[in-house]
Amino acid sequence: MAARPSKVYFFGTCVVDLFFPDAGLAGIELLRREGVEVVFPPGQTCCAQPAFNCGHLAEARAVARAQIALFPKDLPVVVPSGSCAGMMKQHYPDLFKGEPDEAAAVSFASRVVELTQFLVNVLGVRLTDRGEKASVTWHSSCHGLREMGLDDEPKAILAQLSNVTVVPLTRERECCGFGGTFSVRYPDISSAMVEDKIADVEKTGASVVLSADAACLLNIGGALEKKGAAARPMHLAEFLWERTK
Amino acid sequence: MSAEHGPADFHASSTKALHDPQLRANFRRAMDGLMAKRAAQFPDPAEWDALRTLAASIRARTLAKLPELLEKLEAKCTANGIQVHWAESADDANAIVLGILRAKNATRLVKGKSMVSEEMHLNDFLEKNGIESLESDLGEYIIQLDGETPSHIIMPAIHKSRQQIARQFAEKIKGAVYTEDVDALTATARRVLRQKFFEAGAGLSGVNFAVAETGSLFLVENEGNGRMSTHVPPVHIALMGIEKVVEKLDDVAPLYTVVTRSATGQSVSTYLNVITGPRGAGEKDGPPEVHLVILDNGRSRIFADPEVAPTLRCIRCGACMNHCPVYTRVGGHAYEAVYPGPIGSILTPQMEGLAARHDLPHASSLCHACVEVCPVKIPITQILVTLRKEAAHATPGSTIRDAGGGRDRLEDLAWSGWRMAHASPLLYKAMGAALRVFGPFVRGGPGPLKAWTQARTLPRAARRSLHEIVREKGLPDA
Repeated sequence: MAARPSKVYFFGTCVVDLFFPDAGLAGIELLRREGVEVVFPPGQTCCAQPAFNCGHLAEARAVARAQIALFPKDLPVVVPSGSCAGMMKQHYPDLFKGEPDEAAAVSFASRVVELTQFLVNVLGVRLTDRGEKASVTWHSSCHGLREMGLDDEPKAILAQLSNVTVVPLTRERECCGFGGTFSVRYPDISSAMVEDKIADVEKTGASVVLSADAACLLNIGGALEKKGAAARPMHLAEFLWERTK
Repeated sequence: MSAEHGPADFHASSTKALHDPQLRANFRRAMDGLMAKRAAQFPDPAEWDALRTLAASIRARTLAKLPELLEKLEAKCTANGIQVHWAESADDANAIVLGILRAKNATRLVKGKSMVSEEMHLNDFLEKNGIESLESDLGEYIIQLDGETPSHIIMPAIHKSRQQIARQFAEKIKGAVYTEDVDALTATARRVLRQKFFEAGAGLSGVNFAVAETGSLFLVENEGNGRMSTHVPPVHIALMGIEKVVEKLDDVAPLYTVVTRSATGQSVSTYLNVITGPRGAGEKDGPPEVHLVILDNGRSRIFADPEVAPTLRCIRCGACMNHCPVYTRVGGHAYEAVYPGPIGSILTPQMEGLAARHDLPHASSLCHACVEVCPVKIPITQILVTLRKEAAHATPGSTIRDAGGGRDRLEDLAWSGWRMAHASPLLYKAMGAALRVFGPFVRGGPGPLKAWTQARTLPRAARRSLHEIVREKGLPDA
């Protein structure tokens, strides 16, 4: 296990900030309960992934540069999203290649860590479940899974909750169809993908679908609501905090 | 294809495919099966990692010395008695094939599977020139009966169900009765094709690996039709793209093991043909004449740009399409290209140009499932993003075909606005506030709103942002 820091930065992400603030707060509270001081630079906005993925690199760099400047100290940058963490950790070094601030970007990237992985691998949290019996299912968001290697940690941490049953999806590792602008460039394909995803969720009979990525939750949650399905979306951090606070 | 049917349009074709429940069921079933078979072949993540690292390094080393290896291949093949021809374009390659056939007065060609021949639209070309070109791979034979193109690079008829094929055989093959029995269907095709091998004036095949060190052509196949096409007729014509060369004989085994396991979940293929020259003096079989046509067709241009050059590592296993959630739902024909799926979405725009095909680099949710299974570690998603970038704004000196050809001024404007809003904390805050105030009144709308609400409700901004909550809690801010 990596050394246990007493202080970390928190990068909330734009989607959590605007749509799932409770998930962000839950992430912060989970860290603070472990005795970690959490610093939240107020100027933070977005990791710049939308522009980067669309090939608008100049715009992406401008926004990324503004973020990097807000996290100067040698502290971990904890991110409640596998996708935004993947952007900052895996793609910032490429985005700034050959730029005057390449070294700052590389240093920043090396400090980025996804929240669940930080809780499990660095802090080694032990949780006590205080919630009612619940059946949940887990959507392994693509970038968390394939860019950050977030696979075992969510399952390990959910296994600590004695009253929670995790019913796996048939296609746990398949994309929910969000894909940023993909969802509006190719709405028919994206809709087909999310419709399959929520059918899979419904088949599990779970009351909650969990993910460590708010963007997937917007997509899956919106589709569940449109269909009038019973299951509701929740960020893993919020679920963990609500059951253990 | 695009030249005959108007501009290629993935958008329209994919939407059409999504409304075909039979097609969707066929692909879902087939791709599920292929994914399971492949997974069973790579049970140990450490072994998988070692195998693909080796395979990727072989392909990368090959590409690093591509011109030199091609020259060596030509010299070795020539010394072995194989006649080597260079073709810059598909038209050049067609003319070369026609020239070989005309010189032998051949009017019938029997073909093993070759994706390069699909790039050339060879069957159409030969037909127009009075030469019968018959596909002998079962899948290719099935689609040729219906005048279709392959929907998958290794399983060309995968879009059809057993029942659809049964109906087609009963209708189109003389003497065939309706049966859904796979063995009986295969026997029917075999009966028709077997005779053709003996009547054909020439046989044609693709190439999986061409070994520069020995001048040998490797052909991986399961049906024996590849062997028949290359050994029975008096002339064998092999087609390859310039990237198919490998340096040494020792390079073949590591690539072979990942191609069969990744493609069909087989530990080995039923046949592995190695052709190192025509029939020699005193030998009893093999064609007296062997030709190798080496096609560029835009590959040199891909080779020239290190950011996209890994595209050429591809060994055509098809695993990327088998695992692609987009391909699985729309099938191969929707791409309106020779190569569909993730590899097609990076290869096609580079071959046909970004002006015509800037739709394809966006035909992905960037889920990385393709990257995860690629046995030669092609950074497909990274190249998709590079092509999106080059479509929107050509990097000065870019060698990518029609760079800048997908520029959209309105989109440029939108990204400028996005940049302003997110590079400035104040504007970002104002945008969030506006979303909270006006958001609840928006229920739908045109453009992206309409697209989003097709299957989803619009997200509602939370009453208070995380920024506000954190400020109230008095968290340290530096």
